[in-house]
Amino acid sequence: MIKLIGILIVGAGFALRFNPLLVVMAAGIATGLVAGMSFNEIMELFGTYFVQNRNVTLLVILMLPVVGLLERYGLRERAETLIRRVRSATAGRVLLFYTAVRQVSIALGINIGGHAAMVRPLVTPMAEGAARARHGELPDQTSQAIRANAAAAENVGNFFGEDTIFAVGAIYLIKGVLDTSGHKVSVWALSLWGIPTALVAFGAMWWRVRVLDRRIERETAAPPAEGER
Amino acid sequence: MKLLTLDLFYIIAGTFLLLAAGRIALDRTHPQRWGSAVFWGLLALTFLAGKALPPTLSGYFLLALVVLAATKQVGEKPEAGSPLTERVASAARLKNRLFVPALLIPATAILGTLALSRLHVGDLWLIDSASITVTSVCLGAAVAVVAGLRVTGAPVTTPVAEGSRLLQTIGWAIILPQFLAALGGIFAKAGVGAVVADVVAQALPTQYPFVAVLAYCVGMALFTICMGNAFAAFPVITLGIGLPFIVGLHAGNPAIMAAIGMLCGYCGTLLTPMAANFNVVPAMLLELRDKNAVIKAQVPIALTILAANIALMYFCVYRF
Repeated sequence: MIKLIGILIVGAGFALRFNPLLVVMAAGIATGLVAGMSFNEIMELFGTYFVQNRNVTLLVILMLPVVGLLERYGLRERAETLIRRVRSATAGRVLLFYTAVRQVSIALGINIGGHAAMVRPLVTPMAEGAARARHGELPDQTSQAIRANAAAAENVGNFFGEDTIFAVGAIYLIKGVLDTSGHKVSVWALSLWGIPTALVAFGAMWWRVRVLDRRIERETAAPPAEGER
Repeated sequence: MKLLTLDLFYIIAGTFLLLAAGRIALDRTHPQRWGSAVFWGLLALTFLAGKALPPTLSGYFLLALVVLAATKQVGEKPEAGSPLTERVASAARLKNRLFVPALLIPATAILGTLALSRLHVGDLWLIDSASITVTSVCLGAAVAVVAGLRVTGAPVTTPVAEGSRLLQTIGWAIILPQFLAALGGIFAKAGVGAVVADVVAQALPTQYPFVAVLAYCVGMALFTICMGNAFAAFPVITLGIGLPFIVGLHAGNPAIMAAIGMLCGYCGTLLTPMAANFNVVPAMLLELRDKNAVIKAQVPIALTILAANIALMYFCVYRF
């Protein structure tokens, strides 16, 4: 039981809003110490795993120069101009379309999205642009809500398209775990059973973007003028 | 022999980080000049030297990064962005050509995954097929920078300057995902997962088939919330709860259980700040005031999908 101290530290630390890096370091050190490691051993493990997991940060870092460059030259403004010409576009429809593209492409084993590569430079300007074209200037809270939902559209599309049709990453992890414990399963069965949830996820996103579009309408509706009503 | 490997892109990323650190060090007006420069410089070293560094030394570097971030020595220079009028004028001038570099990223990713991975002359392969999807996207980023310079006619220093500005917008949070992955490694090494599985197994009446499904699905989601990573939760909860109860005790179908179980884990990912690369880094990147705004937007989605998963698994896993 004492080994769960790390989880406790993480939960309490995040809840109390300490610096997350500090919380993670403290959790690692505490867990290592109760498992009987020395401080140097813990540092060695942190170093080893940190370097091993550089690929986690790699893509975000590599996207920054090109995204920064294109932003400097007006990519976000251009994306907004373009979407304004699409009459039927709403913020919610832009996001839902992005989720669909993301789900289908990742199901085919192609990773074309990302918060840095697509959401910041293209998806949010288009969604906000569509909302502005219909409703004029957006209150700050509305534009924050659109952006938060854009991040959600990326995550939902990414997570719930992955384990369908083409066997990628996660499927092999699942197969590996089941195989080593003596249960032979085919990768095709695993991918097939990911499809219903992928459809549910798309449905849930559809529901949320409708809520978002209604919220935008409500928040941008001009307050009734004095004396009317 | 492979031409394009992850190691090559680690060096490119490390070089960019080093240049960013250098720019900050030379900037006398930067409010947190030395703390920020050292932070990005040390991170650059872990990318450039990587596995050549003694792990213990990388560990102490990491400790230094944490101390710098926790004592608020890492920050960004306010204002730094270019004026809106300039961007609008440039957008009007360049029009849709601006999209070319941005769309080259996914285009290269597709081409790399489907075709370039097969290119080779004898033993000389163009792309390392072991990490094909990530390497293709990296290649896409590199191709896009070159195309971006051509389209905009910007000097070579602009991508570094603008990239460094974005880097500082995200700030220290950029290493949180990688750091959490390291914590996951330490948890696994210390045997944390086995303890969690024992506790759940003892506390719940898993002799009922529905309770077994519920415990497995919710267990996947909860443990993912704690670990920030469904991949870390999967072996623990599957070996601890799923296989012994759903498959062992109630003769359920392991493929259905595992496929849906992993997706329950992803519901947990949508709900936790521990999944920093999906929930916290984007909040910084999209300049959201509330750092939990992404998670809040995802709560209804995650709970809907989780409920559907539990129902789906209960109706299918004992039937097919």
